[in-house]
Amino acid sequence: MASEEMEQLVRREYKQGFVTDIESETVPPGLDESVIAFISQKKGEPEWMLEWRLEAYRQWLKMTPPSWAHLDYPPIDYQAISYFSAPKKPEDRPQSLDEVDPKLLETYEKLGIPLHERAALAGVAVDAVFDSVSVTTTFKEKLFEAGVIFCSISEAIRDYPELVRQYLGTVVPRSDNYFAALNSAVFTDGSFVYVPEGVTCPMELSTYFRINAANTGQFERTLIVCDNKAQVSYLEGCTAPMRDENQLHAAVVELVALEDAYIKYSTVQNWYPGDEEGKGGIYNFVTKRGDCRGDRSRISWTQVETGSAITWKYPSCMLRGKESIGEFYSVAVTNGRQQADTGTKMIHIGEGTRSTIVAKGIAAGRSDQAYRGLVKIGPRAKGARNYTQCDSLLIGDQCGAHTFPYQEIGNSSATVEHEATTSKIADDQLFYCRARGIDEEDAVSMIVNGFCKDVFQELPMEFAVEAEALLNVTLEGSVG
Amino acid sequence: MLEVKDLHVTVEDKAILKGLNLTVQPGEVHAIMGPNGAGKSTLSAVIAGKDGYEVTQGSILFEGQDVLEMEIEERARAGLLLGFQYPIEIPGVKNIYLLKAALNAAREARGEGEIPAPEFMKLVREKSAEMQMDTSFLQRAVNEGFSGGEKKRNEILQMLVLQPKLAMLDEIDSGLDIDAMKVVAKGVNSLRSADRAILLVTHYQRLLNHIEPDRVHVLVDGRIVKSGDKSLALELESRGYDWVLEESVA
Ligand SMILES: Nc1ncnc2c1ncn2[C@@H]1O[C@H](COP(=O)(O)OP(=O)(O)OP(=O)(O)O)[C@@H](O)[C@H]1O
Ligand SMILES: [Mg+2]
Repeated sequence: MASEEMEQLVRREYKQGFVTDIESETVPPGLDESVIAFISQKKGEPEWMLEWRLEAYRQWLKMTPPSWAHLDYPPIDYQAISYFSAPKKPEDRPQSLDEVDPKLLETYEKLGIPLHERAALAGVAVDAVFDSVSVTTTFKEKLFEAGVIFCSISEAIRDYPELVRQYLGTVVPRSDNYFAALNSAVFTDGSFVYVPEGVTCPMELSTYFRINAANTGQFERTLIVCDNKAQVSYLEGCTAPMRDENQLHAAVVELVALEDAYIKYSTVQNWYPGDEEGKGGIYNFVTKRGDCRGDRSRISWTQVETGSAITWKYPSCMLRGKESIGEFYSVAVTNGRQQADTGTKMIHIGEGTRSTIVAKGIAAGRSDQAYRGLVKIGPRAKGARNYTQCDSLLIGDQCGAHTFPYQEIGNSSATVEHEATTSKIADDQLFYCRARGIDEEDAVSMIVNGFCKDVFQELPMEFAVEAEALLNVTLEGSVG
Repeated sequence: MLEVKDLHVTVEDKAILKGLNLTVQPGEVHAIMGPNGAGKSTLSAVIAGKDGYEVTQGSILFEGQDVLEMEIEERARAGLLLGFQYPIEIPGVKNIYLLKAALNAAREARGEGEIPAPEFMKLVREKSAEMQMDTSFLQRAVNEGFSGGEKKRNEILQMLVLQPKLAMLDEIDSGLDIDAMKVVAKGVNSLRSADRAILLVTHYQRLLNHIEPDRVHVLVDGRIVKSGDKSLALELESRGYDWVLEESVA
């Protein structure tokens, strides 16, 4: 197939670009200590929280943004960003779906996320984040019966201050990196989950993040704690409306797994990648880290990424507990002029720790992506094992994929395996499918989905279907 | 049914087919034989619409339609199906999924709806049994890790499910053991009917013992230089191609 045809095939319009008009109460752009105090006050936070934020802010001022990533982007003007926006009357927040602004529900409809339907059908508790404030939380009671706490981080700070204080910033310290420090200073919402000892969370927990108000960066903070022998599966899904300016997103996700606990964190992300020139997309700088603190604990990251102008993201696992397990399954799709620099870090600290990394990269159009993986085996990690597999699929000949595996092995009894492949979406595979009567678009999606199979099967069932659909939308286009 | 007229094809500026003529009527089985590199695979690939071949002269008509104006998938849906000399592996895509997508594409083109799942399963099980393929093959990724012979049987399985009007089978016999050859031949023979035709590319007379051709053509250096009935294949088997060449030059 001619490459220009191919290019046309992978070019498509972002179907979910639209802006919902809900009145926001937004602070003027800019960041200083008074803005942080404003945020903290708006959220009704206790004094220690404000202090915690200010300390982060002061550290951030001394830091410089990372420049080593395989990315090329204009400098971000942090004073041009507005750090808080919320629907007008937060105290009048709706208590059920019936009370939710129909426009918001409409927004979810357009996204293919019929909230009520999804909640009812899939038994999923949805903590929908619209701009920076949780608008609705469902199934809370059922979770409450099981003893599971699932609420916005703001509520958690007010209602469970001891728990938050005990764990917040213990996985990703405030000074961890530039974006984590910024997030710690200004985060406005996000989710908090606590699963008590011995409890398996009775349903998938899910949050949909939206970025909406113009010029507003969004700083989510998520904290998930699984006590001894507890289990939870959490899904994060993102999408954003079409915009002109690039938008900054700097989230922090912290996971804590105590003894024999299991946290499965899945992300399906569909952010607006920018137009064909790369204009208007989301800048996505996220710090996600899981701490396998207890023996035999397990943390599994699964992610399907199809958005963002720029992605900088390395979900990682600190394997402290003996025989703890870290997993990373990822599909990254870039198209147009998107750039992605993603990967993972598996830090083996405890004895007999194991990790598995399966990273699939699909690059189309003129996009560029890099996989960057670090496997570090500490001196005490006797008998640690890692298996890494990185596969890249190139669609057309104007895109690129790069793999940077780093290994630091501090223990001779460790086993580290690495496999990597790069293939072009084979013309002969396409021809084979088309020669069976399958049209070009379907053939591309079939081949790409096949390529991603190993990762999709790690997703919770209903989301695997969603991920496939998402991939198809991303690579969809008119066949010339 | 199929009418190839004065077909000239170049690949990367190299002339491969140099004025090829071929007419196939419904109900017929044609065998194309010829030395390596003569252009046999090129002919079937061009008819199927593979990229990279430039038709510089001539025409291909299928049931009166100009094939060269049709997309690859349109040709397949119209009933023109190519069995690959080297079937392609598609990791992660289930064999049964490809079959279903292909069948539904053809049905849709004919204005029929999607095949109901139970009916499809019944059909596929039946055809798998005919090809003596365990149903576990249906759940495996397309051709991935299949042995050479299994790949060929899988090609015929697709034909049996899709029921093409004209099946072009490129060296379907290569890599088959004697028993598998019989199974494949039986499959191909079951495709024969008064309104279907088959174009076989082969190097060996042996296949033609099992699938009896109506016509045998010798393709040498981009042209069909001799045609005859099935006895021609026998003659080629014992005498090779040189005499045909000499005869055609003379
Ligand atoms: N992509 C290509 N680039 C260059 N030459 C090609 C290409 N494809 C085919 N050819 C050449 O065209 C000629 C005919 O090839 P073709 O595969 O049609 O032969 P064949 O008759 O099927 O041979 P065999 O019996 O070995 O299968 C060969 O010389 C081959 O090298
Ligand atoms: Mg050949």
